[in-house]
Order: sequence, then structure tokens, then C-alpha cells
Amino acid sequence: MNDGSSALALVLGGDPALYAIVRLSLFVSLSATALAALFALPLGALLALVRFPGRTLVVVLINAFMGLPPVVVGLAVYLLLSRSGPLGFLGLLFSPQAMIVAQALLVMPIIAALTRQTIEDLWAEYRDELTAMRVGPLARAATLLWDARFSLVTTLLAGFGRAAAEVGTVLIVGGNIDGFTRTMTTAIALETSKGDLPLAMGLGTVLITLIVLVNATVWGVRRAGEIRAG
Amino acid sequence: MQTRRFFLAAAMLASLCAPALAQDKSIVVASTTSTQDSGLFGHILPIFQRATGIDVKVVAQGTGQALDTGRRGDADVVFVHARAAEEKFVGEGAGVKRFPVMYNDFVLIGPKSDPAGVKGTKDIVAALKAIQAKATPFVSRGDRSGTHQAELALWKDAGIDIAANKGPWYRDIGQGMGAALNTASAMNAYVLSDRGTWISFKNRGDLAIAVEGDQRLFNQYGVILVNPAKHPHVKKELGQAFIDWLVSPAGQKAIADYKIDGQQLFFPNANVPGA
Amino acid sequence: MRPPVSDLPLMLDDVSFVARDVNVVRQISLAIAAGAPTVLVGPNGAGKSTLIRLAMGLIAPTAGRITWGGRGETDGKRRAMVFQRPVMLRRSAAANVAYALKAAGVPRADRAPRVSTLLARVGLAPLAERPARRLSGGEQQRLALARALARDPEVLFLDEPTASLDPAATKAFEDILRDVAQSGVKIVMATHDLGEARRLAGEIVFLLRGRVHECAPAEKFFTAPATPEAAAFTRGDLVI
Repeated sequence: MNDGSSALALVLGGDPALYAIVRLSLFVSLSATALAALFALPLGALLALVRFPGRTLVVVLINAFMGLPPVVVGLAVYLLLSRSGPLGFLGLLFSPQAMIVAQALLVMPIIAALTRQTIEDLWAEYRDELTAMRVGPLARAATLLWDARFSLVTTLLAGFGRAAAEVGTVLIVGGNIDGFTRTMTTAIALETSKGDLPLAMGLGTVLITLIVLVNATVWGVRRAGEIRAG
Repeated sequence: MQTRRFFLAAAMLASLCAPALAQDKSIVVASTTSTQDSGLFGHILPIFQRATGIDVKVVAQGTGQALDTGRRGDADVVFVHARAAEEKFVGEGAGVKRFPVMYNDFVLIGPKSDPAGVKGTKDIVAALKAIQAKATPFVSRGDRSGTHQAELALWKDAGIDIAANKGPWYRDIGQGMGAALNTASAMNAYVLSDRGTWISFKNRGDLAIAVEGDQRLFNQYGVILVNPAKHPHVKKELGQAFIDWLVSPAGQKAIADYKIDGQQLFFPNANVPGA
Repeated sequence: MRPPVSDLPLMLDDVSFVARDVNVVRQISLAIAAGAPTVLVGPNGAGKSTLIRLAMGLIAPTAGRITWGGRGETDGKRRAMVFQRPVMLRRSAAANVAYALKAAGVPRADRAPRVSTLLARVGLAPLAERPARRLSGGEQQRLALARALARDPEVLFLDEPTASLDPAATKAFEDILRDVAQSGVKIVMATHDLGEARRLAGEIVFLLRGRVHECAPAEKFFTAPATPEAAAFTRGDLVI
């Protein structure tokens, strides 16, 4: 009854519980990456282009926060969203939305740090032309972000990878509620703690396959875009 | 490109607001890993949902953590198994009233080779003394759970100050029941477990039940509504409906009907006075 | 209606520029007036590129003063520049020109027709939708010129624009440039190609070791250079 093929059987048989978990995992991690990008892309560009007092410190911190422990982020967000915490009135704890916010916080430093590096390198190349064309600071950031879009896709994939793979944040902030906040990673943790190791490993394989599929899809889209835009 | 970004932001905001709409008929129950890992909730909650239309969201933590979740107001109901801690919870005003629901028992699990020589005895206290004397590996949950608190009480009954007397043989892992069983399986150690989790546990390795049947291994579960006076947002009607159902004949029957391999895991006793 | 503001005459007054402890440009005083193209010549390292950048306003002098039409502070709206290696934005040729128009403040409605005109002027009309990065070296340089012209400049600065181009591309570029000069745009160009200087210049500024060594109308410079170094240079000798 319990061997690696049981996970495969669930996938092929279209087990609704498994598919719900897969959908939730993708929804949470993709949304978190998008939300993080919304803030981190401009932040990265800003750090690349603007010199301000304390900039070095900010850059060092953001680089360091690429390695933020997920469980610590989860705990911090938990305390913020708890009913006894400052944002408790939102009633967001133990929900997918809380998981999205927490993962976005986790992923933001990665996207910001890599964006900063990419934009800094590109600015060295574009500086003369954009200065000669008298392009203003906001337009500069937008132009560089757009022209760097293919490199930035890789950055976003790095962020997504981190989000999809982590368990500490979503476990604490989501509560691993069956049918509501259970993701692939928390389900794997649960099956492991129930001792069903083959099923857990099978789910792990499904998760890795999922991440590979996302990366492959993005790669295809990126290739098509590159061919079109030179 | 700016417009694209804007719509993405708007969609994000919209999706963040969604939960407020979806959660109307649901409650959050903070419970223990033993009730989750044994599969009990998977069995009884759908029955409750069909009967009342209420969605029960179970957050499974150790008893200590579950009660703290209730104290913070992050759950509507707590459903745990540590009577002393539960009564303290109600006593502080964090909960309204404690209702006994069901019981099972703890069992001492150990390697089939039985290095401490305790297999077959019905005396848990004697068994623990033997384990400590022979310094055979023992895994403790160490997480303020009901099981952990029961374990500590048994060491006390055995007259052993475990905090002072633990050596490298005593492995305090700070995790849930499943993790403790996994660790014991890997280390070929003894571990105190609730019967329900043990029966549904699939990674037994070389482990088997060593000691069972002692009166002191009795494990009572209680359910408490989080006090709406302290946390006005608590869904008191829906929460009380859950409690009422658990102690009702329908709920008690659902609990009794849950079996794995023909074995009943939990025994309803809501009507037993003093439980 | 205000009288039009001009960037000319462009005056450098005792201008120096030090970069990384190297005195690249030393105490240059120069006046660039409207009219035929002013071409900067001189050996590599003479300071031509730096001087062009200073005159464009891309960098500020470390000593001395630059004024455009008598003004020290300007918005630079009517100056444009073409670099030796142009950087193409990652979009179509037409979009590159549209970008330059937008940066120059041209309203959206007016951009499309101007893009067509500019592309036609530099001979790139059939390549309007081609990704700019896939154009050849010569085509990219002509596109850079179109971008510069999008600013409707009064003064056009060029820093060795044909240095990396083959002869055919160079000819195509120079023909357009001649046309631009004749339409009234003041051209200030640095080149290491004496032939090109001969073909295009109205006035020659000969730079040597960061200083203006000689400044004369083109014909005079090439037929009767005033200094021995200029004579050596126009002969094709290495001037150290």
C-alpha cells in the first residue's frame, strides 16, 4: 500500500486532494514572487542608480538577507498577524494570503540584490547614452529594468525557487490546515511525521517536477522574447 | 509597462482581500499533532461539516502551543489532552469551560530487542526506572505537548528527577509525535506515544509496543471555547456548535467509529463525570 | 514669445580636466561658433574624447569654465551626441527613435510621423521594425545618429563615430552628416581619421597632450600647417 508508486498513482489518478495542494503551492509561491518583484525590482534599480548616505549599509544588508532563515521570517510574520499582534485586526493569520505575504518578504531580498547587480552592470553600459539623451532618474530606472528583462527573469526564477522550496515560513504562518493552507512542502513534512516516508518522497518528486516545469515554461517564454527583441 | 505593473498590483491587493469573504462559516481549532497524525480529524470533520455546514480548520500544534494560540486569540476552540494545563487555561479566563470528549491511552514503544527488559510489564513506572537505570536510549518530545507533560508526570511518579538525571541516553527533540516516532525508529529507542498515532504510524522500523494497560497511561482529551470576553472576534456560536456536536451522541459515535485496521483509536467519554 | 536661446558660441575658458590623477585636458581656451563643422584631430590620448564630452556637458571641468551662448547653466535640450560604440536599446529601431523623441519631450501624438522621417533621413526606413541589436555596425551607428537628430539639436557632438565601421558604412554615415551640416546643424566631431577630417571639416582643432596645439580653417591646416607637429601629423608621422 505504501510505496513510491502511491504518489504517482495519486498524480495519474487525478486525486483531487493532491491537485488542490499543487494548485495552492503554485498560487502561493507565484503570487509571493510577483508581490516581491513589485517592490524589489524598483528597489534594486534605486540602489543601483542613486547614491545616498548609508547606501553601502543597505546593500550589504539586502545581500545578507538573501539568506534569511524562513522559519524566522515565518515567526516574525506570525507575531505581526496574530490577533494579539499589531496587525491582528486583519484576521489574516492561518490563511493563504498570510503565506503569500510572508514568502514575499522572504524572497524580496533575493530579487532586490540580484536586480541591483544587474542594473548596476547595465548602467555602466548605458550611462553615456542615457545621460546624453537627458533621461530623468525614474525613466532611467524603468528603461534599465525593461532592457534587462531577460536577466531579471532569471532573478525572478531564483526568487520563485526559494519560495516554492521552503517550508518553515508557510508552516508557521499558514498552520498546514488540511484543504486550506496545506502546500506541497508542508504536506511532505506532515507525511514524514506520520512515518509515510515513501509517500513523502513521492510528493517531493512531484514538487521538484513542478518547479522544473515552471522553469522550463519561463525559459521557453524568455527564448521566444529574446528572439523577437534581439 | 507601467500599466501592466499597476494591474498586477491591483490584482494582488484584490486577492489579499479575498479571505474576508470566504471565511464566513468556519472556525479555527488549535489541536494536537496526535489528533492530526492519527487521522481522527480526517474522519470526523467531514461528518460535522455535512451536519452543520461549518468548515473546521485545524491547526495542529503541541498542547502547550495550542493553548498559547488560544490565549493569543488566534483560534476559536482548543482541543488538547493535558487536563492540568486545560484547567489552568480556563482558570485564567482564557477559555470558557472545559468539556471532556474522549480518551485513549499512552503506550511505551521500544525496540523489539528490548534492551531495558521491560517488555510485557504492565507497570510503566517500573519500566521507566529500568530504562533510566540501564541508560537505554529514550526519545522525549520535549515540546510541552500533552504527551510530553504525561511523560514528565510519569518520571515524577517513578521518583526520578529527570531534569537532573538525564544523560546522553535521554534524547529531547522538541518536536511532534510523528517526528518522535521517526527518531525513535531510527535510533532504536524507547518513546512514549499515544496509541492513536502509533497505530497509524507507518515507519515502525524495529519498534513495537513494550508496555501498555497501566492505569497511569490513561490520556484524556478536552475541548474548550476560547473566551470571547477576552477576544471579541472569536466565533462563539460556531465554536460552541462544534463543542456541542463533539459531546453529542452523533459526535461521540463518529469518534468511536474511527478505526484503523479494525482497531478503535479513541474512546468517547463525554458523559463520564470527572473525566 | 521668448527669443530662441542658443548654445553658441560655445566657449571654453581655461578648462582643465583631471581624471585619476592624470591631467587629460590642460587649460584649454576655445571658442566654437556657428557654421561649418569643427573637427578635433590629434593622436590617441590627446584628449579629444574628453574635450567632446566637456563641450557636450556630459562631464564637468575640474578647473575653468564652459559657457553655452554665454550661459553657464543650461538644460542641454538642443545638444545631442553620437558615441563611438552606440548602445542600442533592446527594442526595434523605430522604438529606439521614439524613445529619443520621448526623452526630448515630443508629445506622443507627434512621435510616429517623426520616427518615419528620421529613419528615412538616415536610410533605415525598411529596417524600422528590426530589433535594433540585430542591425549591422553601420546601421546601428546611423540609428544612433537618428536618435541624436530626434532632439532637433543646434549642436551635434560626435566622438569618433566611424572608428569601428567599414569604408562603405563610413561613407554612408559621412554623406548623412554632410547633409545634416548643410541643414544648419553645428557639428563638433572628434576623429582619428585624417581623410575624414579633410572631407568634413570647416575648421580643425589640433590637440596634442591635452592642449590645443593649433586651431585653423581646414584648408589652411592641411595645406600650410603653422606648427611642425601639425605638419608631421598631417604627413602621417607619429607625433609623440
